Amino acid sequence: MPAVQETIDRVRAIDVDQYKYGFETTIEMEKSERGLSEDVIRFISAKKDEPEWMLEWRLDAYRRWLTMKEPEWARVSYDKIDYDNLYYYAAPKRKAAQSLDEIDPEILKTYEKLGIPLREVEALEGIAPQNRVAVDAVFDSVSVATTFKAELAKAGVIFMPISEALREHPELVRKYLGSVVPVTDNFFATLNSAVFSDGSFVYIPPGVRCPMELSTYFRINERDTGQFERTLIIADKGSYVSYLEGCTAPRRDDNQLHAAVVELVALDDAEIKYSTVQNWYPGDAQGRGGIYNFVTKRGDCRGTNSKISWTQVETGSAITWKYPSCILRGDGSQGEFYSIAVSNGMQQVDSGTKMIHLGKNTTSRIISKGISAGRSQNTYRGLVSAHRKATNARNFTNCDSLLIGDQCGAHTVPYIESKNATAVFEHEATTSKISEEQLFYCQQRGLGEEEARALIVNGFVRDVLQQLPMEFAVEAQKLISISLEGSVG
Amino acid sequence: MADITTLRTAAETGLSKLFEVRRLKLPGSAIAREEAFRFFEAAGLPHRRVEAFKYTDLRAALREAAPPAEAPSAEAAREAVKTAKGFAEAEAARLTFVNGHLVPALSDLGALPAGVAVTPLTEALTDGDPLTQRFAPVAQANENPIYQLNTAFMADGALIRVAAGAKVERPLHLRFVATGTEAFSTATRTLVVLEEGAEFTLFESHEGPGGVAYQPNDALDAIVADGAVLRHTRLNAEGAQAVALSTISVRLGAKSHIETVNVAAGAVFSRHQIYLLFAGDDATAAVNGATMLGDGQLADSTLLADHAAVGGVSREQFKTVIDGDATGVFQGKIIVQQVAQKTDGKMKSDCLLLSDEGQMMNKPELEIFADDVACGHGATCGAIDDDLLFYLMARGLPRPEAEGLLVQAFLGEALEAITHEDAREAMIGVVETWLAGRR
Repeated sequence: MPAVQETIDRVRAIDVDQYKYGFETTIEMEKSERGLSEDVIRFISAKKDEPEWMLEWRLDAYRRWLTMKEPEWARVSYDKIDYDNLYYYAAPKRKAAQSLDEIDPEILKTYEKLGIPLREVEALEGIAPQNRVAVDAVFDSVSVATTFKAELAKAGVIFMPISEALREHPELVRKYLGSVVPVTDNFFATLNSAVFSDGSFVYIPPGVRCPMELSTYFRINERDTGQFERTLIIADKGSYVSYLEGCTAPRRDDNQLHAAVVELVALDDAEIKYSTVQNWYPGDAQGRGGIYNFVTKRGDCRGTNSKISWTQVETGSAITWKYPSCILRGDGSQGEFYSIAVSNGMQQVDSGTKMIHLGKNTTSRIISKGISAGRSQNTYRGLVSAHRKATNARNFTNCDSLLIGDQCGAHTVPYIESKNATAVFEHEATTSKISEEQLFYCQQRGLGEEEARALIVNGFVRDVLQQLPMEFAVEAQKLISISLEGSVG
Repeated sequence: MADITTLRTAAETGLSKLFEVRRLKLPGSAIAREEAFRFFEAAGLPHRRVEAFKYTDLRAALREAAPPAEAPSAEAAREAVKTAKGFAEAEAARLTFVNGHLVPALSDLGALPAGVAVTPLTEALTDGDPLTQRFAPVAQANENPIYQLNTAFMADGALIRVAAGAKVERPLHLRFVATGTEAFSTATRTLVVLEEGAEFTLFESHEGPGGVAYQPNDALDAIVADGAVLRHTRLNAEGAQAVALSTISVRLGAKSHIETVNVAAGAVFSRHQIYLLFAGDDATAAVNGATMLGDGQLADSTLLADHAAVGGVSREQFKTVIDGDATGVFQGKIIVQQVAQKTDGKMKSDCLLLSDEGQMMNKPELEIFADDVACGHGATCGAIDDDLLFYLMARGLPRPEAEGLLVQAFLGEALEAITHEDAREAMIGVVETWLAGRR
């Protein structure tokens, strides 16, 4: 059954030619020389005033990277990236600002246009504003502002750009950096390890529930630069944090590379909720320009009963190569992955997750929804594995795809590996699994079968979107009503 | 990753040598064999870094290239066939192959059902029978190293033609029996052509001795013309040390139907590959598998269903029961091309793990380019449901029997699709025998 009109309209509203964030900001930038060499890495490290061990770490990664080959297994095709023609560091020339008044007004304007609040909303007459969000704003290679740092510090929460954390909390960074995504993990992660610039560092001390949502907003602005951010979040025993991430870039005819690494560590009883609304410039309808989004995101449920939850709404990027994963190491740990990926125009998405069950009684849930329109290709690629000791591991996977038009493609490549008899894995497509009882219930109350089905499925999808924090709900709103009618499984 | 040039293994070098010796002696066009072998040679034996063989490392399993078996003596052939049990009870015309060679004395070549014509492959290749032009009905199979090895080495087999409109009731049983005490290899190719509106039932059994590491590689090509129906049941009861490779490739015409069920219990290492091409509109397919594995075994079922026409319906159901430290592999891929609107595809792989050491690898893929289709895939994996076990035991059944009953019910779902009653009974018998051996 083909997609319903309502869905078609919704997807059209976010088509590639409707991209709202394609403007450019003109400010003076300081850049490294073009191309990549040990000198460039030394330059980046010196710019950030890093400890010696960090420089060595980067150089090791760089030497390793030189021996590696770009992966080709994903279902995406693109012209080879000329790594020697990129700028690996670009920062606004003006010195690091101590207060908002010192930030280049052009940058402030940029964030205003994007709707990102860089000013801390003051408490008015004793009434605390609702839903406050601390923001770390990353502009090309550097963080330009981080809000609510002082207030967070009162709760013991460390929230700062990673370059600052390297200076102020080197022991913490050194302990955890690369412990989830090793330097040698894959081509893009190794490249990131060599040249990463800013990104956020979060540490939540034991027993603390982070008092507000934390967020980072990434903006690529400069031509011919790559953005290589690195995010590291550590939730110590019994803590909780919800972190959001957003990203946009100007409209340009050439492609730009974004190769990030995100590492999450959850210790005993801790919970991390990581949400992304990915809206990088997707290129035009002919497939010119757009961001290559090649990122490695992984969470390690290191402690017992820890929990990591990934939620992503993917609408941007020319090419996406992204698999937010959970290593369920601690006994009783939980992993979740909720994803909605919409591809339009000539976009290519190859995304999914890995749930690696190592500990006993670990559970994971994967809900993925891919919608392809235009001439795009949308692939779900996921791995669920239970190792020998993962007694009573449980997984439920549900991935649906929907095609709009006959020029696009939707693909599913799940890997399900079970090495433990007590592990119970289920993988299925929803459309065939709506319970007869629910259908009967709705039909008995006078709904047609199609209506009943849509109602049940939409209720289910809303469940997924409710995983998104309030702040993103608005952006996600337009996606909420996308119905699963016409899903091809 | 840096460029790695893998060294050629003993088996790869051995295969090259064997091919040099054999290529001019084998019947038919040497050119086709040459092309196939060069294709194979360029890639070598597939290993776990090759995506399609990720879980089934053929390079590691095939240590030596065993020499092709010679035709057995009449006496040896008769002896070997005495032990063959597959479909023995079923009423059918038989073609008997011993060590990959057709044995006319043990075959019903002269007593075939009306409408069915059989030409031995050696004869067809030597005479340049026009049917030999119709091998490889599914193009994707030509990219497969196992199938290409078969093309390079195929020594015997049969061309079976079923006349247009012939509704053949009596099944044809292709009985493959291996015998010997030293390692050997076989390569057989069978082509079945069903002309328009024909109906035909085919059984295939593969059996061999337990103590020999022999290497069978058999291929069945089928062309099912418009409105024709092919029912096919295949039994893998190879010897316990065999490395058994098999491929079935089927091209389906408009409104045609194929039913193919593979029941696998034998071989230390087996891979059954199924290629389906929905070439005509409204073709339907029921593809099932029932696999029973014990200590040390690995069985791989790999399926590719390519929907290239409107309204195709495919139902794939694979059931795997794993005991001991066995490994089960299922890789399925449904492709729905842009033209194939209204396709309805459902693929399911279920696995029952009876032991703590067993493992199951599932990869049910979809590749969809048409927007008005319904495709689903499902995969489950787990142990026997304790509640069900308790229910049966509470009614006085000892645990092994209760388990056996549940395993039978589980595999039975895949066997139900077998239309021919004798064949279905025979396959249920195979499950019972396997269960009895477990106790």
